[in-house]
Amino acid sequence: MFFEDSVTMSRLLTTLTLVFHVIFATVGVGIPIMISIAEFLGIKRNDQHLQLLARRWTRGMTVTIAVGVVTGTAIGLQLSLLWPRFMQIAGNVISLPLFMEVFAFFFEAIFLGIYLYTWDRFKNPMYHWLLSIPVIVGSTLSAFFITTVNSFMNTPQGFELDGNTVTDINPIAAMFNPATPTKVFHVVASSYLTSAAILATIAAVMLIKKKGSTYHKKALKLTVTATFIFAILTAVAGDLSAKFLAEHQPEKLAAGEWHFETESGADLVLFGTLNEEGETENAIRIPKALSFLAYGDFNAEVEGLNETPEEEQPPLWIHYMFDLMVSIGMYTLGVSALFLLFWKVKKWNEENNILLWLIATCGPLSMLAIEFGWIYAEEGRQPWILRGIMTVAEGATTSNHVGLMFILFTALYTVLGVGCVVVLRKMFKDHPAEAEFEDRYPEVAATKEDE
Amino acid sequence: MGYEYIGITVLWIFLYGYLIVASVDFGAGFFAYYAKLTKKDHIMNKLIARYLSPVWEVTNVFFVFFFVGIVGFFPDAAFYYGQALLIPGSIAIILLAIRGSFYAFENYGSKDNHLYMFLYGATGLLIPASLSTALTLSEGGFIEETANGVQLLYGELLSSPYSWSVVFLAIVSVLYISAMFLTYYASRANDQPALELVRKYALFWSSPTIIASLTTFIALSQHNPEHYQKAIDLWWMFGISVAFFMAAVLLVYSGRYYGWAFIAVMFQFFFAFFGYGASHLPYILQPYITITSGATHETMGITLVIVFIAGLCLLVPSLYLLMRLFLFDADYVKGNK
Ligand code: HDD
Ligand code: HEM
Ligand code: HEM
Repeated sequence: MFFEDSVTMSRLLTTLTLVFHVIFATVGVGIPIMISIAEFLGIKRNDQHLQLLARRWTRGMTVTIAVGVVTGTAIGLQLSLLWPRFMQIAGNVISLPLFMEVFAFFFEAIFLGIYLYTWDRFKNPMYHWLLSIPVIVGSTLSAFFITTVNSFMNTPQGFELDGNTVTDINPIAAMFNPATPTKVFHVVASSYLTSAAILATIAAVMLIKKKGSTYHKKALKLTVTATFIFAILTAVAGDLSAKFLAEHQPEKLAAGEWHFETESGADLVLFGTLNEEGETENAIRIPKALSFLAYGDFNAEVEGLNETPEEEQPPLWIHYMFDLMVSIGMYTLGVSALFLLFWKVKKWNEENNILLWLIATCGPLSMLAIEFGWIYAEEGRQPWILRGIMTVAEGATTSNHVGLMFILFTALYTVLGVGCVVVLRKMFKDHPAEAEFEDRYPEVAATKEDE
Repeated sequence: MGYEYIGITVLWIFLYGYLIVASVDFGAGFFAYYAKLTKKDHIMNKLIARYLSPVWEVTNVFFVFFFVGIVGFFPDAAFYYGQALLIPGSIAIILLAIRGSFYAFENYGSKDNHLYMFLYGATGLLIPASLSTALTLSEGGFIEETANGVQLLYGELLSSPYSWSVVFLAIVSVLYISAMFLTYYASRANDQPALELVRKYALFWSSPTIIASLTTFIALSQHNPEHYQKAIDLWWMFGISVAFFMAAVLLVYSGRYYGWAFIAVMFQFFFAFFGYGASHLPYILQPYITITSGATHETMGITLVIVFIAGLCLLVPSLYLLMRLFLFDADYVKGNK
């Protein structure tokens, strides 16, 4: 039974932990920048609403960060527990960014602690705002470092393998491998996008419930503007990622696009199904668009999946992952653009319910896009754990107890997920923004945060 | 000194750092729960919360640093420990996860939730017990390498007096270190009722600590005579450690200089921990990994050392800032900020 198969179970357990961790990691990378923007504008414009926004976001983030830290610790240990052979090689070649990632965490953790507990301790509020910069730098750097490790798994370089021993190690070349630039750009941009979209969702839902709250109106304008900008960046980065794949990992692009025969002027296949002969049916075809996506030229030649030996082909279902991710990206871009249009055209009301509902879907959908994107990227690397060098089966542990651990971790993440939602709801339901605003600002009384 | 010695020294320092800060944290969780049970929580829980809130995440990073560093400097360790520790390691992860997240849930969300407090207190004792397994394994005799991979011999582990004495030592040291720190912190905060209470805890836990240390030594002489002999050769390290122990207890007993008393505690564990570590060498894991056979390549080793130094230049000032603001800022400690 597959439950006893340590390779399958190791893959499932890794997937489980990462799919759960990335929710909190994404928010941890993106929300600090939103907080920083809100606090900065709040101070500059002397707008107490925006300052309160920054405070409340920070308070919510403390809870998600906690879960991010513990699940991150889990995946960090699990890499060694589940993939000992892989980590033996990785330890020799790619431990540099892993090591530096910890410094980034350290840096971030220290300044987050300071940021959280010093809201009213400085005479000049700009000093407090300055503390948000190291938090942003720390969290974005940690995303950068960990993503270089993942890039290395896709395009390993910087060492020679001689049987089981590694020689000629070049840690810098390993870190800055061909996949690094596009991957880092796309991961960071999509984290910012998702965080902005989630905050926009919250503002939109609150406005649907309570029409006319100034606090939530300002929140909505800020977050949707940010969503729009980050959505453009994400799409650009995604396009560059596709160009990278076409050149360095053609089998992943081909499997994701159901592009089987090498041809020039290749069509882009959207959704659809495969029949018994392996032919595409029911799909939307955009003529020559794949060539454009891959090379920026409608007539370029794109390598098909048939060039890759059968046993080295990734699974074909990742096509749906890719399409869903891209559709969500386009949808978010469209909705945020629509809001900006309604806002700028004076006659139109940007706070109509339909638009608010559309915005409200953007946050959860973006988070799904993150999951789909990662599943596409990770499944698209199969069967390799280190592309061209080590397969997943070779890297896995041989212990027979992984199935049991999978059950334990499923229970753990259920508890953490439920706890997180319950605590966050309680935190904001019991202290609505309007009440807190009245509490905090009528008298200048030094109210204390987080007591 | 070769880069592998620098590497192991650095890692050992971080493990030592984790030992101290995590013990304070773990023990505080236990005391907070105990105080709640005995209805003394109004006396000390505020004190504990003020110290813990800003630093728990930093504590965790010490640990992450250690295990990421060991994979970097000694990749073979990932291979052997990774396979052997699947179950104990997973249990430790789960406990750490419960502890960290429920602490945050309690602190930022539902105040005084009894279940959260219990989880927080209980995990504080279970985590040191499960983490100490890794040190026990390193003595050899509990791991077997076969054609099917590396196996942990659970029977041997659970029936060994040595492994139990290590668990016992880990738990009492946590309580001792933590009580000693809280005594100092309460005196800084000028919180007399809390001081009375935690000072009693500190004195209470001092004798089990020294007894457990001795038992562990005896058990080690049975389990691994070779390591024991090397430890005896370093007798002076352990002698200094005991001297600091006596100094710390005397100061607390006489009710003065709590700050110095805590520094003495830090030295007590510093010498014991480094004495243990130095006598453990050249093995990282007996008999499979030695410091030279298991080390990463020279290029990587040197790069890591450079990055480490650069990282320290960044961290030390930031840590200093953190301590200035929370630990040594008398107004903050007293709750005026
Ligand atoms: C909000 C999330 C989000 C959105 C809207 C998009 N992506 Fe994405 N995508 C990701 C989130 C993401 C990701 C989670 O960040 C991934 C997974 C691994 C990676 O490198 O980034 C990813 C991977 C990924 C890859 C594979 C990269 C690799 O394996 O090296 C490609 C080719 C694209 N994306 C392309 C796009 C395009 C053309 C988009 C059009 C708008 C797009 N993505 C929107
Ligand atoms: C295999 C992949 C990953 C590993 C091994 C890993 C490791 C870790 C670890 C060890 C922590 C806890 C750090 C601490 O104690 O403070 C953590 C938290 C975090 N990780 Fe991951 N991570 C992985 C994937 C990712 C990805 C893809 C991202 C970015 C998109 C990311 C971003 C973060 C963030 C932002 C945190 C929160 C840390 C904090 O805010 O202090 N991680 N991760
Ligand atoms: C945080 C977002 C991520 C998600 C959601 C994710 C998702 C996945 C999934 C679905 C798999 C299973 C593939 C399969 O076996 O069929 C996987 C495998 C794996 N991932 Fe990722 N991944 C993420 C980031 C990373 C990063 C940053 C690293 C590198 C440090 C990494 C390292 C691995 C490893 C070692 C495996 C196991 C080997 C394999 O199955 O290919 N992952 N991940």
